[in-house]
Order: sequence, then C-alpha cells, then structure tokens
Amino acid sequence: MSVEKQAFFDNPNNIRWMLRIFYSICALLFAMDFVIHRHTEFRWESLPGFYPMYGFVGCVILVFAAKWMRTFLMRPEDYYDKRELTDNTADEQGQGHAPTAPAAGGPADV
Amino acid sequence: MFEIAPFIPFFVAAALVLVLRGRARALVSIAVPILGLANLWLLGSGSFGQYSILDFDLLLFKADRLSLLFGYLFHIAALISVIYALHVRDTLQQVASLLYAGSALGAVFAGDLLTLFIFWELLALTSVFLVWARRTGRAYVAGLRYFTLHILSGLLLLGGMVFYGQANGTLEFGRIGLEGGPDGSPYGWMIFIAFGIKCAFPFFHNWLTDAYPESTPTGTVFLSAFTTKVAVYALARAYPGTELLVYIGATMACFPIFYAVIENDLRRVLAYSLINQLGFMVVGIGIGTSLAINGAVAHAFNDVIFKGLLFMSMGAVLHVTGKINGSELGGLYKKMPKTTVLCIIGAASISAFPLFSGFVSKSMVMSAAIKNGHDWVWLILLFASAGVFHHAGIKIPYFAFFAHDAKLPAREPPANMLVAMSIAAALCLTVGIYPQALYSLLPYEMSYTPYDVTHVLTQLQLLFFSALAFVWLNLRHLYPPELPSVNLDVEWIYRRLVPDAMRALFNRLFALDNRLRSAAVGGVERLVEGVASHHRADGVMARNWLTGSMVAGVVLLLGVYLVLGWV
Repeated sequence: MSVEKQAFFDNPNNIRWMLRIFYSICALLFAMDFVIHRHTEFRWESLPGFYPMYGFVGCVILVFAAKWMRTFLMRPEDYYDKRELTDNTADEQGQGHAPTAPAAGGPADV
Repeated sequence: MFEIAPFIPFFVAAALVLVLRGRARALVSIAVPILGLANLWLLGSGSFGQYSILDFDLLLFKADRLSLLFGYLFHIAALISVIYALHVRDTLQQVASLLYAGSALGAVFAGDLLTLFIFWELLALTSVFLVWARRTGRAYVAGLRYFTLHILSGLLLLGGMVFYGQANGTLEFGRIGLEGGPDGSPYGWMIFIAFGIKCAFPFFHNWLTDAYPESTPTGTVFLSAFTTKVAVYALARAYPGTELLVYIGATMACFPIFYAVIENDLRRVLAYSLINQLGFMVVGIGIGTSLAINGAVAHAFNDVIFKGLLFMSMGAVLHVTGKINGSELGGLYKKMPKTTVLCIIGAASISAFPLFSGFVSKSMVMSAAIKNGHDWVWLILLFASAGVFHHAGIKIPYFAFFAHDAKLPAREPPANMLVAMSIAAALCLTVGIYPQALYSLLPYEMSYTPYDVTHVLTQLQLLFFSALAFVWLNLRHLYPPELPSVNLDVEWIYRRLVPDAMRALFNRLFALDNRLRSAAVGGVERLVEGVASHHRADGVMARNWLTGSMVAGVVLLLGVYLVLGWV
C-alpha cells in the first residue's frame, strides 16, 4: 500500500532526525540550569540538574520497579474470568475479553 | 422568581428521551446541558427549595463559589459526553447517562446530608447501568461489584448522617472534620470513609479500575466525569485541612503509576491514572490553604476535561477497531490522524506541559505542598508528575497510535466523536493558555501566576528527561512489553481470596455435614440390621420352641415368685 510507504514514522531517517532534535532539546534544557538563575524553595532544588536527573532516574526506577512487580502480580488474562464467568454467566465466557464492538460497532454501540 | 434546581432539567430530559426517537432525542440531549448551564448562571450563589422531614430542615439547592464551579464543570462535561455519544442507539444508556449527570448536580448543590445521601445513591444506581450497557459477562460481574461498593458507601453516609444529626441537631452539609461529636460518636470517620470509597482511596480503589474499563466506549466517558469529582467536592466541603488527606493523596498519586506501566488494557491504564490525578486533588484538600483548595478544585476541573478527552480517544479506538489492549494495537496514526492529534493534546494536558491545562492547576497543589513544609510529599508528587507523563502522556499515545504497526483495519471515528474530542481539546488549550478564565471562577481570591521562568523551565526539564528515560529504555529494549495479562491488586481479596476461603469453608462444612449424616444413617442401619438379624431363619425370634421347654420356663418363673414371696 502506497499510504504505508509514505507514512512518516516508517522512514528510519525521519525517526533518526526526530531523535536528534529531541536529544538537542534535552541538552539545551540541561544547559539552561547553568545560565538561568532559578528561585528555589526546597534545599535540593538548587542543585544544578536536579529536575532533569529526578525525571530521568525517577522514570527508570518506575519502569524497573513495575517490571519487577510483574514477577509476582502477573496472572493469565483469564485469571478471574475462568471462575467468575462460569459462576454467573456460563454462556458468555467466550465474550469475556473480546470487546463487543467489531469494526462496524457492536451491539452496545449500534 | 421561578427557580429550577439544576438536576431537574436533566431528569425531565431523561423522561423525554425515553419517549422520543431520532433527531428529537438528540436535540433534547444536547439542549439540556446548554439550557441547564444558562439556568445555573442565572441562579448564581444562594439557596432555595426548603423542605422538612422529621423536624429537620432540608435544603434542595445551596450554591456558593465551590459548588458553582463543580456545577459549571458538570454541565460542560455532560455536553461533551452527550455529543460524544450521539451516534449511540441505546435508550438504556441515554436515559441512564442523563439521570447520572443530573444526580451529580443534585449532590453538588445539596444543602444538607439527607439530600446528599439521596443523590449519592442515585449516582450509584444510575451509573451502574452504564457499565451493564456493555452487555458482556465481564461487564455484568464488574457492575455488580461496583454497585455493591457504592451502596456500602451510601450506607456509611446514612449511618454517619444519623449520628451527625443526633450530635448536632441539624443535617446542614458543611465542615464535618474527623473529630466527631462531643459524645464521641464516630460520624466523622463514617462519612469520611463513605466519601473515601467514592473518591477511590487506596484499598477502596478497585471499583474504578474494575468497572470503568468494562463499560461501553461512551459510558466510560460519562463515568470518568462525575462520581469521583462529586467525592472530591464533598471532601473539599467537609474535610478541608485534614492532614490525613495529604498522606492518602500522596499514596493515591504514587502507587497507581506502577500499575499503569504494566497494564495492558489502555482504558484501565487511564483508570489508574485517574486515581493518580485524584491524589493531587486530595493532597490539595488535605493541605487546606486557599491556594491548595483552589489548586485541588482547578485540577478537578481540568482533569474532567483532559481525562474525558483521553477516555474519548481510547473509546474511539475501541469503537473503530474493537480492540483496546496495548498488545493488539499500534500504528493507528496512519488511519486515525485526527484522533491521534486530539489524544496527544489530552496527553500533554494530563502531563502538565506548559500551555496545556494540567500545568496551571497541578502546579498550585505542588506550590502549596512545599509552602506548607510537606517536603517529602512534594518529592512524591514530583515523582508522580514524572510518572503520569510516562504512562498517560507517552504510553497511551505510543502503544495505540505508534509503536509496532498492528495493521488493523481502521478509520476516523464518527463526526460527533471528533467534535466532542475537539471541544475538550480546545478547552484544554484555552485553560492552559489563558488560566485567568478558570482562576476567576475558583472559590478563593488569590494572585497566582503559573507562567514564570523557573516554573516553565523546571517542568520542561522534568518532562523531557522523563521522555528521555522512555526513549532510552525503549531503544535498549528494557521497556516492559505489553502482555495480555491480569495484574493482581487489592481486588484480589474480594475476587479471589474471600470467594476461595468461602468455598473452602463451605466445602468443609458440607463434608462435616456429610459425615454426620452418614454416621447417623449408619447407626440406624446397624440398629435395623441388629433387630432384623433376630427375625431371620435361625434368629432367636424365629426359632420353634418345644412345649416342654415352655412348661419348664413357666415352672421356673413360678419358682422365682415363690422365693420372692418368702423373702
């Protein structure tokens, strides 16, 4: 399909350029800390690079912690359905996680 | 003057929708929020509708700046949601949603606790039909759980109200506080927990993440607007400055983001981020200064609009593709470019990018936290701000519209959906660019300017480096992939542990009962067998006796009598 070939993000060059622009903005924002005098209210806030570091490290910790949580929180998709749907509505088990609306809109939406 | 309480137009419209069809029904649905808004604007502050039950003076409508702001908000939210749902041909949903919006307005303008209680229950009763309207087995059981918890909340409110009435001799709805009455009656805590359940406090939050993603694409938009915001309003009215709320709010802002990162159902991701945003509001109410309360209320206002926009964009994806799991979506920007842009506007707003609405309200709560010496809470909120950008700001648009192209057949959603999303997006930008419009409606006077160099710079640094973390993790393939799965949460206790425990208990009881019964039956059988054995052939009772031995027996008997006679 020609539409797909032209799609912006399918071109690796475009992505490379976007990432370069993005990295430059990040570098610029970090450098601003040394140029602009911020007014601060919290003791750590005055450290140069506090906000960038907090954002970056915070998000990395967030993602790793969440990944680690998967090891003991993750269950198969039909974990609850197996029992709840057979208990209450045996005939609808198949519909459990298939959303009702197909492309044209399901019974709930037509 | 002829005064109409704001909920009445909605209830009347719901009755009309029941009998009208087609264009007339659409016209009534759109007209009622607009006319209602005009009505509310004319009413302004004040009160009317006094009635009395059992010596208590009750008040149907009481408005001040706090309730008026929520009133305007609910009219706007109702208008956007109604437009979004115009294509729906389902009388149940259309009636329920108008009644639901009306109940929210009734609750916000209730002058006393009994009126509040009535609308509190009506909120639960009307909204559960929006969950059931999906008409799947999952939606049915999720709706039942949702309804049970909300009825529990209503019962706590009723109990607290009775104690409150006893202690104070009035049911007027004002500041309540946790202190309770002079006689130590626990109404403060009862009402607090009643509000807390509706506000999705930790441990009571799963009704939200359970039921909202199971509703219809349009139903979830209504649901996200009203219930929790009524609870925020009630907390702001009854418990401002309660320090416990600061810690509850910080927890609410923090823990859902972990779940949001690993959740696959994108509407459930939004449900978790809804709790995260409520956390900011609850912190603001807990701090209780005029800046903090203003921040909480302003954030509630913005949240309804941008969270509505995000739920609408995901609803559009679900409506068009029939799928909502991150693991099944991707690459939709090619076929749904308008929806993509609108979703990104919502994402930028919830992430509090400068010039978008979240920025001008979230910062008020943050500033209030640090001004009042809550340093650790401030750090947690800062982490939550970075986290919300990570999961709602990046993850939602990325996995739905970009990422790996799932090559799903798709097109733009119906025009009415696009119009509703555009109105919400326009509001996000308007409030973000011209915050004074919103600030002038806030309950307290204040002079606050969100746009100064420090604030804009630090916020951009935080967000861009959060995005950098996402890019880095993604390029290194460290980002957790979207997996079809269920993540255990507090709901596990009442969806698995308690049912399992009950099942085990009943099984054991049945086994015990079985054993007792079989022991008793065995005993009876043995008795019958014992008796019968004497009557069978060769049994004592079945033997033939000789006449002689009988005579000998009689002689023996007489002999015994003789001996007894002597003695």
